[in-house]
Amino acid sequence: MSTIERVTLPDPRYEFGGDDHVFVELDEAMSFDANFEAMAITQQLRKKDIDGIFEICPANASYMVRFEPETIDPHTVVETLKSVAEETDLSEYQWDTRIVDFPVLYEDEWTHETLMRFRDNHQDPDATDLEYSAQLNGFDSVDEFIGAHAGAPHMVTMVGFVPGLPWCFQMVPKDEQIEVPKYVQPRTDTPSRAVGYGGAFTAIYPVQGAGGYQLYGRTPLEVLDTDQNLADFAESMVFPQPGDILDFRRIDRTEYDEIREQIEAGTYEYTIESVSFSPEEFFADPHGYNEMLTEVLRG
Amino acid sequence: MITVSRPGVLSTVQDLGRFGQYHIGMPPSGAMDPFAHRVGNYLVGNDEDAATIEMTYQGGAFEFDEDRVVALCGATMAATIDDEPINMWEAVSVEAGQTLDIQYASNGARSYLAVAGGVDVEPLMDSRSTYTLIGLGGYEGRSLEEGDELALGAPPEGATDRIGSAVDDEYIPDYDSIDSIRVVFGLCDYRLTDACKERMTTEPWTVTPDADRVGYRLEGPELEFVEREQPFGAGTDQSNVVDLGYPVGSIQVPQQPIVLMQDAVTGGGYATVGTVISVDRGYLAQKRTHQELYFESVNVDDAVAARKAQQETLATIRKSLE
Repeated sequence: MSTIERVTLPDPRYEFGGDDHVFVELDEAMSFDANFEAMAITQQLRKKDIDGIFEICPANASYMVRFEPETIDPHTVVETLKSVAEETDLSEYQWDTRIVDFPVLYEDEWTHETLMRFRDNHQDPDATDLEYSAQLNGFDSVDEFIGAHAGAPHMVTMVGFVPGLPWCFQMVPKDEQIEVPKYVQPRTDTPSRAVGYGGAFTAIYPVQGAGGYQLYGRTPLEVLDTDQNLADFAESMVFPQPGDILDFRRIDRTEYDEIREQIEAGTYEYTIESVSFSPEEFFADPHGYNEMLTEVLRG
Repeated sequence: MITVSRPGVLSTVQDLGRFGQYHIGMPPSGAMDPFAHRVGNYLVGNDEDAATIEMTYQGGAFEFDEDRVVALCGATMAATIDDEPINMWEAVSVEAGQTLDIQYASNGARSYLAVAGGVDVEPLMDSRSTYTLIGLGGYEGRSLEEGDELALGAPPEGATDRIGSAVDDEYIPDYDSIDSIRVVFGLCDYRLTDACKERMTTEPWTVTPDADRVGYRLEGPELEFVEREQPFGAGTDQSNVVDLGYPVGSIQVPQQPIVLMQDAVTGGGYATVGTVISVDRGYLAQKRTHQELYFESVNVDDAVAARKAQQETLATIRKSLE
């Protein structure tokens, strides 16, 4: 049975960002250990509601806070973060999160048109992004590669860049992780809702704009709804939250169009189930744990 | 109400910013030079967080349909009310039917028009600031255009008593003479060689044309990275890191450095190597394309001291106007 290889994190680096931020690098490399540590510490910080700290931002293998130095001294912030880190024991930790059905139209016409337009910015101008990524990661075909990308759920390990963009890290052992470089020169254009991949992360572009990730497909779902028309955006204009589990599902054009129609009519409801996530159980048997998670979703 | 008869190059409604949403990718937005924004509000009797109009490089022309006290602070911009020149950094009366016409910036890049009562656009997440990249907040989420009609809040009591009161000259920044921008180095600066870090604080940087509310791209000494085998998940370029959060004011180093400003991306995969201190973000925001600056390395205590000193200055100015 394959397991997630545990990573012993180095001593965290506490760094001042000017007079009003502290950035904490837990590791230079991505790992579930680093991310769960970032998530656990920032969740504890939020609960503590410390006077003067007004932004708490978990990231992939790091986290950051912003504060008013008039209210809390920067050195006190670092001491506080250290003591929260000391109190946080990942082995006793679990959190309530949600697993979400995330349909993706892989090899869609829109990202295909875009990636063809920017071939000169790419490592391999003669292949598509999917062909390049499949080959680089040792897959025999694009279909097999897509099967792997959609074959196990992905955890949202960070949200940012622009409002609503999730970085997603696939919940599989390291030897099954997909890894690809970013474009040599970033594109000046990417369709909204494009599903891209860079480093070890899937990203979903909330709006049309620049981007440097390999382009694989397009989701009919929104990650940002500034007008908050859709029911699932009632609380926030941004859908993904750090810790969410997204289950990418390969769909065809017919289903894509049906979902878009409902999204545009404001009637679509995301398929979401609440789950309690246990790092320990996931580490011990990721494939079994994923199966259990997706069963909750697919019934 | 104010009607925009000429918007200028880039004019947006801003307050002190939108907070508490950085973790979902929402930058603070808000005035790029909060000092000038605050002083403008003090002059007209507003709370310091009242929304002003931030004008970049060129002022706008605004027609008033009611009497208001206004103040213009920030970059030097010649201004007239119905062709009569007015002073900056001073509470001035505009009468119904008059037009306030503001010209090009000569010292600095951004000026703030504060109006008694503040610009009353609908707050979004507790802020009236405009974030144009996604089209949120401010006036319809965009920069002002000809014909826009801006509602005003109720003027504070006694606003008209302030007409003629002015900020003492000693507190008015001479933006073009400030060429040292203080930076707390750190974050991922281990990615740069020592020689490169040395060059960053000794050689001049020039503001490129790519300098706006999102970021200031600078041109200067070549960056040199410490060669490493890239860690898992970071991407292949030497400037890549596993995507992380960016402090506001941080210096990101793709090839040329970019200082991230109020509308910047909140995180990403380029190494950041230091952070412009909060006071100097406002001074940097007053730099124009082709101007030169130096980075001065300071520690966090120096940065806090600079911030405290500026707050004392602001308190003194505020008191002098009461």
